[in-house]
This record gives sequence, structure tokens and C-alpha cells, in this order.
Amino acid sequence: MNATVLNPRDAQKDASMQLQKDMIARNYDALATAHEMGKKVSSTFVPGNLNELLMCFDLVRNLPEVNSLQSAMRKKTGAYIMEAERSGHSEDVCTYVKSDLGMMAKGNIGPTGKPLPKPDVLVLSYTGCFTFMKWFELVRDQYGCETVMLHVPYQADGRITGNMRNYVVHQLKANVIPTLERVSGVRFDIDRLREYLRESARAEEDLVWVLQSARNRPSPIDAYFGGVYYCGPIFSAFRGSKEASEYYRLLRGEVGERLAGGRGPVTPEGDMAEERFRLVVEGPPNWTSFREFWKMFYDEGAVVVASSYTKVGGVYDFGFRHDPDHPLESLADYCLGCYTNRSLPMRTNMMCTYMDEYQADGFLVNSIKSCNSFAAGELLMLREIEERTGKPAAFIETDLVDPRYFSPANVKNRLESYFQMIAQKRTRAAA
Amino acid sequence: MSVKSIISRCDALFEDLDFHCVREWKQAHPGALAIGYMPIYVPRELIHAAGILPVGILGGGDRLEVIHGDAYYQSYICRIPRSTIELAVTGRLDCLDGMLFPSICDVIRNLSGMWQIKFPGKYVRYFDVPQNYESDIGGQYYINELQVLRDDLGRLAGRPIPDADIRASTAAYNENRRVIAGLYQYRAAKPWQVPTAELYLLLRAGLVLPVEEHTRLLGEYLAATDAEPRPVRDNCRVVVTGMFCEQPPLGLIKSIEMAGCYIVDDDFMLVARWLLDEVPLEGDPLQNLSEAFLKRSAESAAKFVARREDKGRFLIDSVRHNRAEGVVFAAPSFCDPALLERPMLQRALNREGIPYTAFKYAENSGQMQPIREQAGTFADSIKLWSE
Repeated sequence: MNATVLNPRDAQKDASMQLQKDMIARNYDALATAHEMGKKVSSTFVPGNLNELLMCFDLVRNLPEVNSLQSAMRKKTGAYIMEAERSGHSEDVCTYVKSDLGMMAKGNIGPTGKPLPKPDVLVLSYTGCFTFMKWFELVRDQYGCETVMLHVPYQADGRITGNMRNYVVHQLKANVIPTLERVSGVRFDIDRLREYLRESARAEEDLVWVLQSARNRPSPIDAYFGGVYYCGPIFSAFRGSKEASEYYRLLRGEVGERLAGGRGPVTPEGDMAEERFRLVVEGPPNWTSFREFWKMFYDEGAVVVASSYTKVGGVYDFGFRHDPDHPLESLADYCLGCYTNRSLPMRTNMMCTYMDEYQADGFLVNSIKSCNSFAAGELLMLREIEERTGKPAAFIETDLVDPRYFSPANVKNRLESYFQMIAQKRTRAAA
Repeated sequence: MSVKSIISRCDALFEDLDFHCVREWKQAHPGALAIGYMPIYVPRELIHAAGILPVGILGGGDRLEVIHGDAYYQSYICRIPRSTIELAVTGRLDCLDGMLFPSICDVIRNLSGMWQIKFPGKYVRYFDVPQNYESDIGGQYYINELQVLRDDLGRLAGRPIPDADIRASTAAYNENRRVIAGLYQYRAAKPWQVPTAELYLLLRAGLVLPVEEHTRLLGEYLAATDAEPRPVRDNCRVVVTGMFCEQPPLGLIKSIEMAGCYIVDDDFMLVARWLLDEVPLEGDPLQNLSEAFLKRSAESAAKFVARREDKGRFLIDSVRHNRAEGVVFAAPSFCDPALLERPMLQRALNREGIPYTAFKYAENSGQMQPIREQAGTFADSIKLWSE
């Protein structure tokens, strides 16, 4: 087996992957020049982001998690994290936060090498993760810029109540929109929002088609490693834009061709030859050794047919679409419905549904040291899913952006043992 | 009663991980229920008004061997959820008819879902509280959530909870808060008379005793300790912060004191001190509880501070009000809220020239010598170098 990892420049990419990369690079360019172009900048988070609303105020959108993961893929976060720890941040806490703070301390140069501007407003629409709240308090402490909070209640009982929705809508009307109007100097136009939401729904339709294409054998996509490319635009600064709709149209066409040709997913080393194992994966990926991690799967013929991480910035495959006829209510339902804002029983049911609908051979948890929102309860979830589906489950541990917590030998060893176990089970079942 | 006998009783309650006193209370009140709650805050008034015994669950401390609990959690997650699961799966929490999981962090929030899966017959509620503190926004949301809790508790108790009962319960908790505030004031004035290890045990007793009994016990303690003069030491005065969820071992509190520190304020068991003022008894009782929560409640890392300039103000006010000479940051390992909060609070203290020291612990920490040395060095530095 070839253990070498490709140089990123040599990696094979579909046209959509290149387009996604270009879009993200353009957003960094826009951020770098925002203030000299007289534009205002917002910072906000991926889960529960209000991208369509922010676009209504002509704000350039900065997403600190995306900065952290992009920096990690470029091997920059180890130094950032250590910088933050030197300045008093605990080794125990989220490395996305420390990477962001360390990057700021080291001059706030973004992942593409261009400077990131001081935000004019922090839009704290935190969904499913308490750390976000502290993160923006820490960023505000550094910048002293305006902060507006959108508190999104947790779906503890497995449903969105009228009280939750009204609370979110009320905050949007009374706090978020007036603050954005004041900071941007742009008056809110609900018809403009409706137009963006219409565009979002189009992109969401195509994204869901792409994700559900993995129900086929072989799956034409990898819904985890490939999935993070596919979700990039809709999870970040592009949802609601025509660019995003065009991206998803292109992606759908590309995946459709793969499907028609009976081809497997693209990997950095070309099309995957044989689909041997179909997995559902829970938890975010590791970003510092993303390619190496992915290779451990495709070298073994393992394809991820569904993942929870591709739902962290919005759950669309159970029917939700942004609705231009109910714009604020729709934004509320979007925020309330993000994956980590769902109770553990909901998440467990969702993964069981994926196991069934995507005909998975197994369930894998990639448990992330930084992320209690995902991690707390995953071991119980694993046992529940194993019990309910009768399929083998496995557990590995890595981190988001801290290279110290990616132990390739251990992870590879566990994965290989797991794949062997699935193969043995399959052989026994066939006998 | 003497101080010794009161503290001895509290210590027995503290040591009792089988919650015998809850079981005895239920036997003495046939048909009555008990409901557990975790840190930081739940409106115990509503539970009490339903005739249900509220029981604070703060993990297993250093007195519980965690065998099953570790199988539910990765090594990088704090200890309180694993010992709480341990308490439950070993049957120690069978006396509870339900559990409330307050909005504090991702771990406790997800524990509510684990409880739903593991204990499907039990009442489980994640108690979400607003991070928006405006009466007509966060307040309206909160009143509706309180109403849901009230309805749930009424169903469990087999009768609706009338306003009058909530007012009566609010009065009982007002009295309890008033006496606890008095105890804190007394300790700040004469810390040698109220060793914090004793105060801690007194507060812990309030998590399992009916509120009326706890209030009486506090009153008896105050009278008893005031009648027993104790030696005054040349200790420095500190505020400890960060211990609002996973509890420190009692030995850790004693170690800080033995190292030469008088603890004059803390964030232990905030449920008993969350509401800072008396809650009005006239008018809508849920609105009163809501307004108290929104406008006059304590600060902790689980709460969003809307204005940058207010960050750390609560802690600084405590230092000034209690004439503390320094702050001890003691946070549980892997406690995201406390550890993420700490650098901001430290910067606020730096701006005010207030010295501090910081360390981590776990509820089952056994080695106190390093903490004693660190706290002792901190106390010495204050004594020797502070102006």
C-alpha cells in the first residue's frame, strides 16, 4: 500500500472543487480589501449563520471557523494554538477558538496570506454550541467592536415549538436587524431578503440531490471528505447568492455524470476504483491532516455515504428549505434545525435513518477533542446505533485543527481493524 | 445545636451518595415525588410549589469510584457527567422521579439527551434559559418556558399548580436566599468564624433538604458559630471563582484555607444565590421569577455579557465589596465555560490591579499539596508585596 501523501497541488479535483476553492479565495480577497473599498465586515459562525440577512446589508462575511480550518489545511494552526496557549488560554479548550485568537495575535493574516480586517460587527448567532458565545466574547474583548447576539434555543424535545420560533424572530426584528442597519448604514429590505432566500432554496434542492446520490451503488460521492467541499459554499459566505446556485447546479451535473457512468467518488488520487465499505460518519473531520486521513479510507475502498458533519451548517435532507414567503420564520427554523442544535435522540435517529437509507455497512465516530457539542454523548450514540441496526460501529479520536492530536498510526490501525471486522462479518453473513 | 453537630449532620448528608434523606422524605410523604437538577440554576420555586422535593445533583465527588461512567465519555470530557451517569446506572438516583438539566454547557445539555435514551420512563427536561435579557423578548420566551415546566410538574404531581402556591414557594426561597446572603455577609466580615469548608457543607445540605428545614439549619448555624469565638489568623482575603458546576473536593477548599487564605466570596452552588434580590410576591409569579432572572441575577461563565465593558464587573464588584485582596481561579479540567472565561476575567483584574492565581482540579483530585503550595505562595505574595 502506498503510504505517501500527495502534494496538494498534485491532487485531482473535479471542476466543482476548483470552483469552490476559487469562491473561497475570492471571499478572502473581498475581506482583505473590504475597508479600502468602503465596505463593512461582519464576523459570524457557520451553524445558524444568517448569510442571506447579512447580504441584505452589503456586509462582507468573515467566518472564523472557516479561517481556522483553512489555516489548518495549510499547516498554520499549530503555531497559532501555541501562541494562544502562551497568552493564557487553556490547553483543554476548543482549538478553533485558540487558532483564531493565535492568528489575531500573530498579525491576523488569513489562510490565503492576505490580511483579515477588523470586523465592524460580530453577529453571534450561536447554534448548538456554547463555545461560540465565549469565542465572540473573547474576540470582542480584543476588537471592541459592536456585537449582536441571536440566542437560538436547543431542540431538546425533538421539535421546534412556537415559543422558540417566536423568540428567534423577535430577536431578529428587535435586535439583529436594527443593529445591522445601524452598522452598515443600509436600510433593511425584506424583498431583497426574499430574493436571497429563493436563491438559497434552489441551491439547497441541488445540494440534497447530490447528498442523496450516495444512496446508489457505487456512490458517486464521498459524503464526508468530498462532502466538506460540497458544503463549503452553502455553509459559509455564499448561501443565498447566485454564485452558490450556479455552483450547486454545476455540482449536480458533475455528480449526475458520475452516476450515469457508474463511477465512484473523486479522491485526490483520481476516481475511487472499488467500493468495498459504505460508512456513515459522525463528527467533524480532522483538518490538519485532511488528505492523509482521507487516504486511510479510499486506500481501503471505504466510502462515506452519509455524515453528520455535512449537516452542521444546516439540515436540508429531511425537507427544510428556506422559504421566501416566511423569511424571518424560515431563518429561525434554519437556525433551530442545525445538526448540533438537535437533541441526542434526534441525532441518533437521524444516523439510524442514514444507516438504513444509504445501505451502510458500518457507523464510525470521529470524536473531536475540541468539540464537546458533538462529542459528549457520542459513545452512547454509537452503542445505540449498533444495537438498533445490527451493524458494527467504531470509534476514533482526532482534533479539528490541533496537529498534536492527530496520531496517524493509531487512527490507521483502528480503521484497518474496523474494515477487517466489517469484511469478516460480511463473509460470515454470506456463509 | 452546636456548630459541630450541625456540620456533622451536613457532612453526613454530603457523604451520602445514596440519597437516604431523599428516600426518607418520600417515605414520610407518601405519593410525593423528588426531582433532580444539575448546576447552575433552575427555578426551584416551581418544583416546591408542586409539592415535589428538588434535589441538587452535583456528581459523585471524590467519594465515588467511577466504573460505568467512564464508558460513556471520552478522556477529554470533564468528570461531573461521568460520575452523574455512574450514580444513575448504579441505582443511586432511583429515588428521583425526574431530572432537570439547566442550560450551562454542551456537556450538560447533551447529558439531557443521554438521560432520555437511558432512562425512558423518567421525566427529563433540558431547561433552557434566555441569553437575551430584555423583558419583552427573552423575558417573554422565559415566561413561556416556565409555564411549560409548571404544566409538566403539575401533571407529574397530579394537580395544577395555582399562583398562590408559587407565591408561597417563592416566599420560602426568598427567606432561604436572605439567610444565605446573611451567612455570606457574616463570613466576609468574620471569615475566621465561618470556615468555608463549613459554609460549603451547609450549602450542600440545601440541595437535599426541604427549603424550610435548610433555612432553619442555616439560622441555627449562624447563631451557634457567633456564640463560639474562634482564633483570628493573619490570612489574606480571596474570592474563589470557577467552581460553579463540577465541585472541588472538600479537601481542596480546606487546602486553600490552610494555605493562608480566607475565602470571602465564591461561586459554589449558585442555584441558591442566583437571584440576587427578593422576588416580589405580588402580581404574576412567573413574570416575577422571570424579571428576577433577567434583571437581578448572578453572573457566571454560562451567561452572555451583552456589553464588553461589563465583562468581569461582577467579579470585581465582589472583590471590592468583600474587601478581597486577590482572586483564585479554580476551574475543573475540560470545563469549557470556566476556562474560556478565565482570560477575559484575568484581563479585567489586571486593569484593576487585582492579583490572582489559577489552577485546575477534578472532582476526584487527590493530591492537594501542589494546590496548597500554590495558594500559600499566592497568599504570601499578597501579604509581602501588596500595597
